[in-house]
Amino acid sequence: MTDQFKGIEPMVYESMINIPYSWWAGDTASRFFISLRDEKKIIATRCMTCGKTYLPPRKSCPACFTGDTEWVDVSDEGTLLSFTVARRQFASIPRELKAPVIWGLVKLDGADTALLHYLGDVKPEDVSIGMRVKAVFAEERKGTIRDISHFRPVR
Amino acid sequence: MDRAAIVGVGTVKIEKRKVRETFADMAWQAVNGALEDAGMTIDDIDNVVTTSSDFWDGRTISCMAVGDASGAAHKNVSCVEGDGTYGAFYGMARCLSGSYKTTLVTGHSKGSESVSSLITNCAFDPIYERMLGMDMITACAMQANAYLHRTKTTREQTAMVSVKNHGNALKNPHAQLPMDITVKDVLDSEMIADPLRKLDCSPVSDGCAAVVIAHESVAKKFRKKPVWIRGVSLCADSFFFGDRDLSRARSLTEAAKKAFAMAGIKDPRTEIDVAEIHDAFTYQELMWLEEMGLADESSAGRHLEKGEYNIDGRLPVNPSGGLLSGHPVIAAGLYSMAAVVRQIRGEAGGFQVKKARTGLVHGVNGLGGQSHCVWLLGDR
Repeated sequence: MTDQFKGIEPMVYESMINIPYSWWAGDTASRFFISLRDEKKIIATRCMTCGKTYLPPRKSCPACFTGDTEWVDVSDEGTLLSFTVARRQFASIPRELKAPVIWGLVKLDGADTALLHYLGDVKPEDVSIGMRVKAVFAEERKGTIRDISHFRPVR
Repeated sequence: MDRAAIVGVGTVKIEKRKVRETFADMAWQAVNGALEDAGMTIDDIDNVVTTSSDFWDGRTISCMAVGDASGAAHKNVSCVEGDGTYGAFYGMARCLSGSYKTTLVTGHSKGSESVSSLITNCAFDPIYERMLGMDMITACAMQANAYLHRTKTTREQTAMVSVKNHGNALKNPHAQLPMDITVKDVLDSEMIADPLRKLDCSPVSDGCAAVVIAHESVAKKFRKKPVWIRGVSLCADSFFFGDRDLSRARSLTEAAKKAFAMAGIKDPRTEIDVAEIHDAFTYQELMWLEEMGLADESSAGRHLEKGEYNIDGRLPVNPSGGLLSGHPVIAAGLYSMAAVVRQIRGEAGGFQVKKARTGLVHGVNGLGGQSHCVWLLGDR
């Protein structure tokens, strides 16, 4: 069979999927974000069965399948469990941030799980697993996870 | 319990950009390859499971794009979203249900058509995590740091995974990235997200694979000797990224334990002859081997250095070149399955391992191995 497309650019249909979506945050996340926004306080949920404190907070315990949980305050300081540094400007990175962007998993004192967030006020080469970090709150807070601006090293 | 076997496999060459092939074109080729392999016609297939991802395909009900090309007309067809091994699990369950005898399972994706960073960013929780802007590469980089820190595995050792697998791909005509490279090449390649360099990462790929699964009552009727499903299990870990100990894969340990038990394998380290493992990033091959119990804790890097995972080693791992040499997301696990089936039949050509009677196939779904599917296939 002869190649009917020889010497011809294949037709590529350029399009985009771009669909606005509004998530109801749920009452648990709402309370967490309101606390960040209005009081600069990080709160988590503790399971009354296993005693584990979950951050981000959950309405039910993922391990025990019980809705019997209570709100507890956790510290704004914690330990870095892992991190990475984006060296490329990945498409997923918010526009106002420029690579290198550092993300870390931070286990705050009083929590049993880690919170994903940015690390800042530190050079990539100075970040290490096990280092102590503290939350820096955003000046302008809108009730999102970015009401915490980033975590900085505790000096 | 009834048994099922894999009686046909078909794969298309994995490429960076199959600009002249639609999803259906790829499926047509893979499905006909699998039917021919089995010595079947489409009339011998009594139900179809397609595997695809709506996000990766840029549409909803993405399975419909390949239904016609998979011969699904007038048949019971269902779709699984996730890795191909999960689609195969469903396909096998249908064969064992008593309602069907032969299931055709396909998996397809074209990474080249979308922006993978934006797609994988959407795997993060939309309320608490997504707006921070991480994606699959950065998530796995974070896991790599956690794993390297805990096990003291070296960058040289992870680089050797890339050297081995790209080298193996030189013998696989369906691989996208056959390469003769050195550890230094890997360590000198561009830093993408610490500690992962370019040659630590699998490429963006297009591909489609198909397998035919048959109930034991009909498995011997077709052209090829059946490759029996001896054991299979899948298990998922916590949804939230920070709930997991990223340096471990609890769900893989669990899935492997169950699959070994089902297959009657008592000592997996000596009873498995070949393994195709999800190596989207170099560190993963070593980490998954340890977490599956195929190597002691923190020791896979040292075994690799000794050549034990080479094609002619004690336990050949990813002799096909693995995902590092071509990674069509979704289809990936079916490619691994097809590679192990060909090994057990003695049809793997240049990357054939010696005495491949029992093989392990491993598929992954989710960020940094959130969920794992482990298969044990064998010649009896």
